[in-house]
Amino acid sequence: MTATLVIRRGTAGAPKVERFEVPFVPGQTVLDGLRYIRAYADPTLAFRFSCINANACKECMMLIDGEVEYACTTRLRDGEITLSPLPKKTLIGDLVTEIAPPDERISYATKR
Amino acid sequence: MIKFETDVLIVGSGGAGMYAAIEAAKCGASVILADRSLIGRGGATVMAMMTVAAAIGAQTPDHWERHLADTLTAGHGLCDEGLSAILCEDAPARILEMDAWKVGWAREDGHIKQAHAPGHDRPRCVYVDFLNTGPAVSKTLRRHVQNGSSIRRIGDLCIVDIAIEDGVACGATAIHMETGEAVILAAKAVVIATGGLTRLYRRNSASLNMAGDGYALALRAGAPLIDMEFVQFFPIGHLAPRLVGLDPIMWDPFRYKLGGILLNGQMQEFEQRYAAEDGRHEDGRHDGTYVLTRDLATYAIIKEVEAGRGSPAGGAYLSFMHVPEAELRRAFGPVIDTLARNGIDLTQRPIEVAPIAHYHMGGVKVDTRFESAVPNLFACGEAVGGANGANRLSGNAITEALVFGARAGRAAAAAAGKLSHRWQPSASAATLDLLGRRTTAVTVNPAALIDELQGIMMDKVGPFRTQNLLDEALTDIDRIARAIGTNPMASGAPFDAVLIDWLDLRNMVLVARSVTLAARARLESRGSHQREDFPSLDPRWQFNQIVNLRGGRIELAADVRREQSRSVTQPLADIPA
Repeated sequence: MTATLVIRRGTAGAPKVERFEVPFVPGQTVLDGLRYIRAYADPTLAFRFSCINANACKECMMLIDGEVEYACTTRLRDGEITLSPLPKKTLIGDLVTEIAPPDERISYATKR
Repeated sequence: MIKFETDVLIVGSGGAGMYAAIEAAKCGASVILADRSLIGRGGATVMAMMTVAAAIGAQTPDHWERHLADTLTAGHGLCDEGLSAILCEDAPARILEMDAWKVGWAREDGHIKQAHAPGHDRPRCVYVDFLNTGPAVSKTLRRHVQNGSSIRRIGDLCIVDIAIEDGVACGATAIHMETGEAVILAAKAVVIATGGLTRLYRRNSASLNMAGDGYALALRAGAPLIDMEFVQFFPIGHLAPRLVGLDPIMWDPFRYKLGGILLNGQMQEFEQRYAAEDGRHEDGRHDGTYVLTRDLATYAIIKEVEAGRGSPAGGAYLSFMHVPEAELRRAFGPVIDTLARNGIDLTQRPIEVAPIAHYHMGGVKVDTRFESAVPNLFACGEAVGGANGANRLSGNAITEALVFGARAGRAAAAAAGKLSHRWQPSASAATLDLLGRRTTAVTVNPAALIDELQGIMMDKVGPFRTQNLLDEALTDIDRIARAIGTNPMASGAPFDAVLIDWLDLRNMVLVARSVTLAARARLESRGSHQREDFPSLDPRWQFNQIVNLRGGRIELAADVRREQSRSVTQPLADIPA
C-alpha cells in the first residue's frame, strides 16, 4: 500500500508544499512514513521525535489532516494525508515548532 | 557566539541527569541542564514501564547486601563491586525520597508493593501503575528540577564535544538545533548523563537520542570506557502485530503479573526443550562440567526461527489466552484499551515477540566519586559502565539513574566548589573548526546510513556473535565511516536534519567500533556477550576490557586493576579508528 504525505515545509518566510509517496504495511504510522522519507527520499526533512513509538515523549505533535495528533500513533492509510506544523506555535522549520516551555529555551537562559 | 558559564554542566536530562541537577543545586552549585531534546522527555527513563529495584523491605524483610549479592550474581564476575555496592546501598534512600516527592509507587495493604522480578531472591521491585513508572519518575523529577532556582534548563542543545584544556574537562561545545549556531558552555565540572547505545541496533527499545553520544564524548575527551561488549538483549520485545503507544518491552510486567506462555510457530512450547538440551538451570549457574551462560529465552527463540519454526514475523508467540479477561483488566487497566486500539485482544490470540536491544552494561569508566579518568569529567546513569558487569539484574536501570545521578551531582558540585573556570578558546577550537567545515554538498544520505549501521549491528554484533561476523561488521563500519567523511554534511535549514544525523553517525561509528572490537577480543561467552564459536564461560576471561581512543585509534586493553592476578597480555588489539 502507498500513502501520499502532503507536507507543508520550509520557514514562515519561505513556505512550500511537497508530496512524498510512502510505501507501507498496515499498522505503520505517520512517524514511520516521515522517517522513511528522511532516509530514502529527502534527508533534509525536519520533524521532532524522541521515543519513536511509545507515546511517552509527546514531541511529535503536528497537524494531521487538520487535527492536532501525534505522528507516532496515527496510522498511515492509502491516499493523501496532509501534514503541517502546529499552527499556534512559532515555526522553526518544516514540521518543527517551538514547543519547549519558555523557560527551557536558550533565549531565556541567555538572560539569566 | 553564545557563551554560558556555570559551575556544573549536565549533559542529558533523563532520570540520571535530572537527579544530578537537583543534588548539585542543593550543594550550592550553579547548574546548566542541557538536552538535545526537550528537558525531561527524551532518553530512557520516560520509557520505563515497571520495575525499580531497592531493598526497602516493605513487602518482605530485606537488606541492601542481599540486593548486592543478586546484582553480582547477574554480573557474572565482572561487576565493579564498589559501584554495585553504591547502587544497592543508596537505592532505598532514593526510592523513599521519590516516595516523599509523591511519585506514586503502587501500594498494597498500606505499604509500598514490591514485585518479584527474575534474578532477585525476594520481592524487591517497586513500580507505578499501570506501566507508568518512567513517566511518573520523569514528571516528579521535572517538577523538582523546575523548583531549583540555580538550575538553568536548556533544550534543543546538542553537545558536540567536551571542551578539554590541559587534559582537564572545562565545559563543552554545542550546537543550538533551532539555528545551527555554535554555543560555548564553560563549566568547572561536566557530568555525562546521556544514557546508553541501543539505537545502534535495528530492533531496539531506545529513544532517538540513545545512540551512544556520551560514550563518544568521553572517548574523544580522553576518558576510557569499560565493558563495551556487553549489550543486553531483552528476549521478548514486541514484534507483531504493530503496536504503538507502548514501550516494546512491555510484556515483561505482563509475565510477572500473569504468567505467559512462549510458543513457536507450530504453537508448541519450546523453552523447556532448550533448558534440557543445555543441561543447565535457567538462571545461568553452573551445572555439571559444562558452563553455559546463554540467556535461554533469547537463544531458544533465535534457534527456533533458524530451524524454520518461528512465528510469521520471525520470532515466537507469547500467549496470555489462559488468563481470564477480568484478570487482565484488573492487572493492567487502561493498557488493555491501548492494546485494543492496536487490534490486540489477548484473550483471542497470542502476540509475537523477539529479542530486542534494551540496555548497555558498558560505559564510561568512573571511580566511586563518578569521576572519569579525565579530571572534572563525571558520568552517571546508564552512561556509566561497571556496576552491572556482564549482565544487568532486572530493575537496576532506573535505580542506577537515580542513585548515580544523585552521587555524581554531589561530586561534581564539590569539585566545582574548589575550582575556577579553565575554559579558553583553545578548548573548543577543534570542535568549532569541525562545525565550520560543514558542507551543503550532501553526497550520501546520513539517515539511510544510520539505518544501514543499525542493520549491521543487529545482524553481526547482535546477541550471538562469531569471529567471522564481527570481522565483517568492522569492514562494514569502516565503509560507513568513509562514506560520511570528516566534514559535516548539513542542509543549512533550521533544525538541520542532515547535520544532526551526520553528527549522530560520527558518534555511532566510534561507539559501534568500540562494541565490535571488544566483542571480537573476548573469546568466551559470559552474561550478555555470547560467542557461537566460544560457547562456554572461560574463567581466564574474568576481567574487564577497557577501550581508549589515542591518536584517532581505538585501543583495547585488559583492566589493570583486575588484570594483576591474571595472565593476560595487553593490549589485546590495536585497530585504526
